[in-house]
Amino acid sequence: MEYVIIAIVVVVVAAAGFLGAGVARTRRAKMARLPPSSTTGETATLPNPTETVAPSIDSPTQALPIPAPDVEAPDLEAPALEMPEPTANRLIRLRARLARSQSTLGKGLLAVLGRDRLDERAWEDIEDTLLQADVGVASAGEIVQRLRERTRVLGTRTPGDLRALLSEELVAAIGADTDRTLHTFPHADAPAVVLVVGVNGTGKTTTCGKLARVLIADGHSVVLGAADTFRAAAADQLQTWGAKVGARTVRGAAGADPASVAFEAVRMGTEDHVDVVLVDTAGRLHTKTGLMDELGKIKRVVQRQGPVDETLLVLDATTGQNGLTQARVFAEVVDCTGIVLTKLDGTAKGGIVFAVQRELGVPVKLVGLGEGADDLAPFEPKAFVDALLG
Amino acid sequence: MFDTLSERLEKAFTSLRGKGRLSDADIDATCREIRIALLEADVALPAVRQFIGAVRERAGGAEVSKALNPAQQVIKIVNEELVEILGGETRRLRLAKSPPTVIMLAGLQGSGKTTLAGKLGQWLKAQGHTPLLIAADLQRPNAVTQLQVVGQQAGVTVFAPHPGTAEGGISGPPGDPVAVARDGVAEAQRRMHDIVIVDTAGRLGVDTQMMAQAAAIRDAVDPDETLYVVDAMIGQDAVTTAEAFRDGVGFTGVVLSKLDGDARGGAALSVRFVTGTPILFASTGEQLSDFDIFHPERMASRILGMGDMLTLIEQAEASFDADEAQRMAGKLATGTAFTLEDFLEQMMALKKMGPLSNVLGMLPGMGQMKDQLAQVDDSDLDRTAAIIRSMTPGEREDPKLINGSRRARVARGSGVSVFEVNQLVDRFFEARKMMAQMAGSMGLPGARRSNRKNARKSTRGAKKGKKGKAVRGPTAARVPAGLPPGMGGMAGGGMPGQPMPDLSKLKFPKQ
Repeated sequence: MEYVIIAIVVVVVAAAGFLGAGVARTRRAKMARLPPSSTTGETATLPNPTETVAPSIDSPTQALPIPAPDVEAPDLEAPALEMPEPTANRLIRLRARLARSQSTLGKGLLAVLGRDRLDERAWEDIEDTLLQADVGVASAGEIVQRLRERTRVLGTRTPGDLRALLSEELVAAIGADTDRTLHTFPHADAPAVVLVVGVNGTGKTTTCGKLARVLIADGHSVVLGAADTFRAAAADQLQTWGAKVGARTVRGAAGADPASVAFEAVRMGTEDHVDVVLVDTAGRLHTKTGLMDELGKIKRVVQRQGPVDETLLVLDATTGQNGLTQARVFAEVVDCTGIVLTKLDGTAKGGIVFAVQRELGVPVKLVGLGEGADDLAPFEPKAFVDALLG
Repeated sequence: MFDTLSERLEKAFTSLRGKGRLSDADIDATCREIRIALLEADVALPAVRQFIGAVRERAGGAEVSKALNPAQQVIKIVNEELVEILGGETRRLRLAKSPPTVIMLAGLQGSGKTTLAGKLGQWLKAQGHTPLLIAADLQRPNAVTQLQVVGQQAGVTVFAPHPGTAEGGISGPPGDPVAVARDGVAEAQRRMHDIVIVDTAGRLGVDTQMMAQAAAIRDAVDPDETLYVVDAMIGQDAVTTAEAFRDGVGFTGVVLSKLDGDARGGAALSVRFVTGTPILFASTGEQLSDFDIFHPERMASRILGMGDMLTLIEQAEASFDADEAQRMAGKLATGTAFTLEDFLEQMMALKKMGPLSNVLGMLPGMGQMKDQLAQVDDSDLDRTAAIIRSMTPGEREDPKLINGSRRARVARGSGVSVFEVNQLVDRFFEARKMMAQMAGSMGLPGARRSNRKNARKSTRGAKKGKKGKAVRGPTAARVPAGLPPGMGGMAGGGMPGQPMPDLSKLKFPKQ
C-alpha cells in the first residue's frame, strides 16, 4: 500500500505544478474575458432548473431520481394559529438576554480600565478580552492599536471615558452606519425571495421558522421552501414552524433536488401572490465543493424567476476563527447580503462578526437569542458591543 | 489563509541561524508566535497561556540539537506537548459489566448529537452490539423524527414513545424526557439490547433549567458514559461551555464533530485542557459511516497547521481506486507511459477530494508555497479537463502527435486559445519528466519490476535511504539557492518512523 500512497502524492504534486504554472496566465486571460459587470455574464448562462449535477462523493443522494416536489398545504383551519408578537418590543428582551450572558469577562475589563496607569500589561488585558470574545488576533490587534492612539491623542484617563472610547471603536469596527434592513418587500409581480444558508447545526431551519413568524407578525404573507432535502426530518421541522403561523410549506421527497424544491416554492409564492418566500437550505460545510456547487445551483435556479433579495448566512455565535473562512466561501458562492448571528443567548459573544465585517463587509442583520419562537431580533451594534464588554 | 506556525517561526528565526542556544529574547519571540498560532486555531486563551508556559520552560532548557534548526526544534517541542495533552491516555468506550451499557449524549444545540447517536449506533452495531437509541430530545421540533430516520438508516432500533415537538405540537402535554429516558433503559433490558444511547436536547450552559433537566436524565439512567459532543468549529466559548457541562451534568468523554471542515479544532485542546476528559471519537462527515476514534497526533498537526499527511492519505484512499492507483504507480515509474488520459483520470479523482488548495495544504512542507497555492483555482482543473477531452483518444495516448492543426482543432473544441493548448502540452511533458524523476528517486516498485518480489519487503528500509535522495536527487538541482529549509523530517511529525520526501524542495515549473 505504501507505494500507492507515494504514487498518489506524486500525482498530487505533479498536478499542482501542472496547474500552478498555468494559473497566472489563465487568471489574466480570465479577467480580460470577463465583461465589466459579472452579474450579467452569469444570468446569460443560467441552467435549466431540472439540470442534474453529476453525483459527487459529498452528496450521494443527488443521484436519486428527482420527483416533482409535492406541495403540502397546511391545514389552514387549524384550531389556533398563533399570532406572534410584533417585532417592536423585542429589543428590550434582547437586552435582558444579552445581560444574562455577561460573564467575568466584562468585569475583568472594567478592572483593567480602572487602573491608575495604562501600562503594557493593561493593553494586553484589553486585547485578551477581545480575543476571548472570538474577535480574532488580527481584528483585536487592530482595534487595540486604534484605541491606544486615540487615548494618547485625547489624553483619556478615566475608566469611564476609556470604556466609552472602546465601545465607540468596536461599534465603528462593526459598522455603525451599515444598512441592516431586511429587504423583504415584494416586487410588483413577484414575492421577495430570502435564501438562508450556512454550515451544519447553526440554526438555519430555526431561523427560517422564526423569520416567518416575524414577517407574518408584520403583516406579510409567507411561503416556506424546504430545500433541505438531505437532513432527516428537516422539512418536517420547517413545516412545524410554518403550520403554527399558517404559512404554507413547499417540500420535496427526501433526497430530491433542492434546487427544484426552491424553484417550486418561488413559483408557488408568485402564483399565490404572497409577499415573501423563505427558502431553507441544507447545512453544508464550506469545504465540500460538491455541496457548495449545489448551493450555487439553488440560487441560480431561483434567480430564473426573479432576483434573490436576501441571502442570509447563518453563523453560530460559538463559532471561532473558522467563521471567517465560512463567510468568505459562502459569500463567494452565493454572495451573502446579510448575516444572522444565532445562539447569542449563551455565553458565546460572537466576536467573529468583527472579522467578517472587516474583511467582507457583510453586515449582521438579525440575531437569534434563544429557542423561543419569537427570539429573533434585529441586530443593534450598540447593544451587541455593550454585551461584549459586559 | 492563516500563516502556519512553522512559517511564522521560520520568519522569526531567520536571523538566528547558527546560534547554539536560544536566548530569552528568542524564546519570547517564539512564544508570541505560538500564541498567535494557537489563538488562530481557536484554542481558548487560558489554555494558550498555560500551554505557552510549559513550552517556554522546555524550550529554555533545551540544548539546541544539530539536526534541527531552532524553529524546527521549537515546533517539535510544541507538537510533542500538544500530542501529550490531547492524547495522554487514549481510551475506549467503557462497557458496563451487566448490560445494558448506557451512553448519554449532551451538548450545545447544533453540535450534532442526533446525528452522532445514529453514527454511534451504526458503529456499535458493526461491532456486534445491539444498540437502542432513545429519543429524549423533546425540545427541538421533529428531533424525534430525525432520530427515527437516522436510526432506520443505521438499522438500529429507536425508542420514541413521545413524538416530541412535532407538527401541531400544541396538542398533548409536553413530554418528560426524564421519563422517556428511564422507560427506554427499562425497554432495553426487556428487549435484551446491550447498549442504550440517550439522545438529549441541545442546551446552553447558562440555561439552569435545562441543565437541571440533563442532570435529572443522568440520575434517572445512571449512564456508564456521558459523552459531551462539541463542534470542532467552536471558538473561545469552548472553555465556558465545557465547564458548564462538566459542572452541570459531568461527562466522561468528548466527541469532536464536524472535523471534516477546515476548522483547526483548537477546541479539542481547550476542552481537554479544562476538563481533562479524553476525546474518544471524531465525527468527520454527514454520512453515518463518517465516524472514527480520535487520533491525537493528527489533531496536533492540524492545530499547528502543519501538513496532515494521514488525513490526506485517507481521503486519497477514499477517492482513488486502489488497483487503479497501483497501475498508475507502475506507469509513473516508467515515466513515458503516463498519458494525458491517465492524467485526466487522476485529476478527476483529485477533484473529488475537495478544493485543490485544501488538498495541497495538507502536504507537509507546502506552507512555503502558500501564495502559489492560493492561486490554484479549481476551475483550472475543469479547463484543463475540457482541453484534454477535446483530444482524440490517439492524441491522449501520445501527446507528441499533436501538431499545429490538431492544436487549432483542440483549441476550438474546448473554447480556449491555441496558446493554452500549447501550454498544456508543454506542461504535460515537463510534469511527466518531473514525475519520472520523483518516482525514480522514491523507489516506486515499478521502476524495478524485475525484483518485484522483494520490493514490498524492502520498501520500508529502502525508503529511509531514499528520503535523502529525493531531496538531493535530480530535482534538487533545480532548487534555487536560498530557499528556506523546509520542514523536512519535522513535517512528518504525525508519522513517526515514516520519513516522507521533502516536497518543499520541489520546484514547480514556472513560466
